[in-house]
Amino acid sequence: MPTNPKTNRTGSRPTSRRAVARQLPHGLTAQQCREMYHKMVQIRHFEDHAAEAYAQAKVGGFLHLYIGEEAVAVGAIAAAREDDHILGHYRDHGYALARGCDVQACMAELFGRETGICHGRGGSMHLADAKRHFWGGHAIVGSHIPIGAGMAYAMQYLEEPLVVLDFFGDGATGNGIFHEGLNMAALWNLPVVFICENNLYGMGATLAEESPVSDMMIKAEGYTMPAVQCDGMDVLSVYGAVQQAAEHCRSGKGPFFVEALTYRFRGHSMADPELYRDKEEVRRWRELDPIPRFGDFLVQHRISSQQELAQVNEEAEAEMLEAVRFADASPWPDPSTAARGVYANPIDPEAAQEALTLAADPAPAAS
Amino acid sequence: MAQITYVEAIRSALEQEMRRDDRVLVMGEDVGPKGGVFGATAGLFQQFGEDRVIDTPLAEAAIVGVSIGCALAGLLPVAEIQFLDFIPPAMDQIINEAAKIRYRSNGDWGCPMVIRAPCGGGVHVHGALYHSQSLEALFAHVPGLKVVIPSTPTDAKGLLLSAIRDPDPVCFFEHKALYRSLKEEVPEEEYLVPIGQSRVARAGADLSCITYGATVHEAVAAADRLARDGIEVEVLDLRTVRPLDRESIVATARKTGKVLVCHEANLAVGVGAEVAAIVAEECFQQLDGPVMRLGGPEVPAIPFAESLAEVYCLGPDKIEAKLRQLAAY
Ligand SMILES: Cc1ncc(C[n+]2csc(CCOP(=O)(O)OP(=O)(O)O)c2C)c(N)n1
Ligand SMILES: [Mg+2]
Repeated sequence: MPTNPKTNRTGSRPTSRRAVARQLPHGLTAQQCREMYHKMVQIRHFEDHAAEAYAQAKVGGFLHLYIGEEAVAVGAIAAAREDDHILGHYRDHGYALARGCDVQACMAELFGRETGICHGRGGSMHLADAKRHFWGGHAIVGSHIPIGAGMAYAMQYLEEPLVVLDFFGDGATGNGIFHEGLNMAALWNLPVVFICENNLYGMGATLAEESPVSDMMIKAEGYTMPAVQCDGMDVLSVYGAVQQAAEHCRSGKGPFFVEALTYRFRGHSMADPELYRDKEEVRRWRELDPIPRFGDFLVQHRISSQQELAQVNEEAEAEMLEAVRFADASPWPDPSTAARGVYANPIDPEAAQEALTLAADPAPAAS
Repeated sequence: MAQITYVEAIRSALEQEMRRDDRVLVMGEDVGPKGGVFGATAGLFQQFGEDRVIDTPLAEAAIVGVSIGCALAGLLPVAEIQFLDFIPPAMDQIINEAAKIRYRSNGDWGCPMVIRAPCGGGVHVHGALYHSQSLEALFAHVPGLKVVIPSTPTDAKGLLLSAIRDPDPVCFFEHKALYRSLKEEVPEEEYLVPIGQSRVARAGADLSCITYGATVHEAVAAADRLARDGIEVEVLDLRTVRPLDRESIVATARKTGKVLVCHEANLAVGVGAEVAAIVAEECFQQLDGPVMRLGGPEVPAIPFAESLAEVYCLGPDKIEAKLRQLAAY
């Protein structure tokens, strides 16, 4: 836990930023802390704008907001190496932005445009950026859990010092694939950090309805996997837990399970009337909003001033306005490219093209 | 050249490719010291060690999932599913993950992996409902996958080498009845049989019989019987059911004007329906009779009792009868 500079042992008030930075937890630097704050703010503003665009029908399909949970992706990804592998579920905007994926390309992907990070093939739930080792949001709950274990197997086999961060929700732990994945990862001592975002709900199901235990970390025990619980509303707590987990993995000790206790402030998706939880509960959790909470920490520790934080927010707002403008002005994918990328070597490009042309032909006029 | 069986050809392909490229791994249930229930990985564990010949827990979905992860991270995994009948738990990984990875990334990343599984049954060689199925149509339906079903030891080796080197996920289904029933001279050195290219198993000008897998041998036997009456049947072995070799299907259909498609798998909504549709679309003018099909009846899998299994399975008699019916047009 962070020491309060006002009550530290010497009783002296810190005089310079550097003096304070030395007391930051988990060996964090002031710059890293500012960066984490920036990332959380970016995600928040990104999603506020995504929600607005959704309401304007500029973003279609399903949209799952991460608002309230930003500390989990940001703390965890900051605690990993830049080239550690990341996989996550469909509530994936946070992972992408925390990993530093291009903001405009992410927004354009939500808009389904050619300039999107997956050229409009995936949309909101399937952001991915292989060159940043972000292997995607995955819309099939739990499906990426063994895939993360497989990537970890490859890291071990290739003797690369990288670990895999695999994010999923409490709901995923009811799925068989979760257990198969944890079993193999533990059995083979694989360098993968399983990060369970326990936000108390899987769609409309409460924890009590979906799981016989309310602490997800208990499920790691059966696989002899070390596990910690952290405060998912506190970026420092998440950072500390994942730092410990990643070190454990990187030193060859096998997988690690991190449970982040968190809460989504918004509905499961944009079409959720939220009848399964009461407003008072939401209000209580909103008081734990990880962004102002970490902002206070930065100010208390003189890492940033209030004005600097306000500026971060203003800049993020401007950045997202620009991202929306960019997405909105971007071209749609060319229909003639719809059959592209199914195979490395197109199997029968002519036939594929012909099928597309036929599909696009207007119905023949009745004769 | 040595005479080897189908299963030895598979083993030899795995061994050669593992020796050539240390990114190639094999994983599955009991593929290690035991060498797999059919012996397809015999000796590989001893030669390449436990890091490359991986005994997995009984977890089909994760066998495929972990293989996908390995593929994403630069390895070339060959997953063995002990019987094709056990693959349904892994369908999500195959259809939702492996098949879509290239497309979802607009070609940015791929999933080079092979999923091997023994398939099929027969009147004497099957284990009934859950050890005999031919489920290839389920996979052939999915763009992003390739589905290969070799019928000879030579093809088994050459196609498996191609499958391992393919940049996309390949389902490689091996008919159990073929494993030890035929021997053939197979080149010891490496050679590639291209995926998506069929083979004329028997040339003929009067009728075409389009098939694949173990049924190829039954079709050739039936064709030999018709030849005694001067009817020459061309047997086309598809070798790959996704992608289909449209060109050769069309060529044989145009040549003979009469086409029978047959397979052991259930007839309805099967591979044969797709082949028949191609012939109907492309060869309408050249056809001298209806495109006929022969396949498994409306029964979910091969029943155990021999008398019932006979109803399910094809065999040269049924194929011969159907060919004669077609010849009469
Ligand atoms: C295999 C599968 N089943 C069902 C769904 C529909 N679904 C999407 S999200 C979800 C709830 C998941 O809850 P959780 O894992 O806790 O993640 P959260 O939404 O809370 O972040 C469900 C049931 C799905 N996408 N995939
Ligand atoms: Mg949840």
